[in-house]
Amino acid sequence: MKPKYLIPFFIFVALVVLFAYAFRLDPREVPSPLVGKPAPAFALPRVDAPETLAGPADLRGQPWLLNVWASWCVACRQEHAMLLRLAREAGVPIVGLNYKEIRGDAELDASRLSPPEEREAALLRARAWLAQHGDPYRFSVLDLDGRVAIDYGVYGVPETFLIDAEGVIRYKHIGPIDERAWREVLQPKWAALGGGKR
Amino acid sequence: MSRTLGRGASPWRTAGESLWGRMRRGFAWFLLAACFAAAWAADEPPAAQPVGDPAIEARALKLGHELRCLVCQNQSIAESNAELAHDLMNQVREQLAAGKSEEEVRAYLVARYGEFVLYQPPLKASTVALWAGPFALALAGVLALWRVLRRRSREEMPALSPDEAARAQALLRGKDEGERS
Repeated sequence: MKPKYLIPFFIFVALVVLFAYAFRLDPREVPSPLVGKPAPAFALPRVDAPETLAGPADLRGQPWLLNVWASWCVACRQEHAMLLRLAREAGVPIVGLNYKEIRGDAELDASRLSPPEEREAALLRARAWLAQHGDPYRFSVLDLDGRVAIDYGVYGVPETFLIDAEGVIRYKHIGPIDERAWREVLQPKWAALGGGKR
Repeated sequence: MSRTLGRGASPWRTAGESLWGRMRRGFAWFLLAACFAAAWAADEPPAAQPVGDPAIEARALKLGHELRCLVCQNQSIAESNAELAHDLMNQVREQLAAGKSEEEVRAYLVARYGEFVLYQPPLKASTVALWAGPFALALAGVLALWRVLRRRSREEMPALSPDEAARAQALLRGKDEGERS
C-alpha cells in the first residue's frame, strides 16, 4: 500500500483529535483580560446599610472572593449553599455584588420606578432573599444599573472573582461554583494565595 | 407535531379530504405562520435609546455593529436584544457623546471583555492563523488543483480505432444524425 493513500486517514485522525479537544471547550467561557490586573475600584451602597459606601479597598490585606448575584438569578440559588459553606466552614471572605436587582429581572418593569423607589425595592428584595437563603457575604453592595459589573467585564450572573491581598484579580469563575469547581479549580488557587490559614 | 398530525392519513393529502383533515391542515399552516411571526417579532431591532444627537447615534450604531455581544455570541451589540447588549450600547452612546473617539470606546470594551468583543481582531502573533488561514487554505487548494490538472494533461490520450475515427469525421461534417442521447 502506498503511503499516499494513508494521507486522508491521517487527516481524519487529526480532525478527530481536534474536535475531541474543541468540543470540550465551552465557547461561553470568555477569558477575562482583567486577570492579573487590579480589581476596579468602586464605592456602592451596602445592602445592610445603604448609607455606607463600600468597595474593594475595604478588603485589602487578605484574599477574598467577589461574587456577582441577584435574587432573580436561578443559578445563584444553585451555588448559594456552597458559598454558605465556604464562608462558614473555610472562613472565606466573600463580598456580594448585587447585579441589577430590579432592572435585570425580566418580570419587572423598572422604567415605572423612580430612582429612589428602585433603590428601596432593590434593598427590600435583596435583604429578603438573603434572609430566606442565608447570607454568606461579609457585605453585599447594590449595583442597580450594572455599571460596576461592566467594569469587571461581567456578562452573566453568577460570576466570581478571586482577588488577592494586594487587590489584584487572580481568577474569574464563570457560572455557579459547585463542590467540584471549588475543589479542583478555586481551592488550589485560594490556597496558593495564602487563604484558608485560620 | 407528529402527535397532532398523526392518525395514519397524511395531513398534506388534498384529494377527498375530510373536514377534519382540512382543519388539521389549516391548523398546521397557522402554526407555521405563527412561528414566522414570532421569529420576525424577535428580529426587531432594540428600541433606540433617546439620544439628542443623530450624528452620535449613527456613529454609535456603526461602532456597535463591529462589537460582539457576549451573551448571544453571534450577534453584534447593536443587533442583540440581550440586556447586556443594551447596556453596552448605552455605554458606547454615552462615551461618544462625551467626546471620546471610536478607538477609545473600543479600547474601553476590550479592557473589560477582551479582544473577544472585536469582530475584527488586530493582526498579531496569536491571530495570524485567523487572518492568514483562509488564504493559506485557498492557496493550498489552488496548488493541488494545478498539480492534478498538469498531470492529467501530460497523460497520453489513447489513439482512436479506425471505426471511431470514421465516426468522428462524420460528426465533424455534421452528417451523423443517429444515436444522440
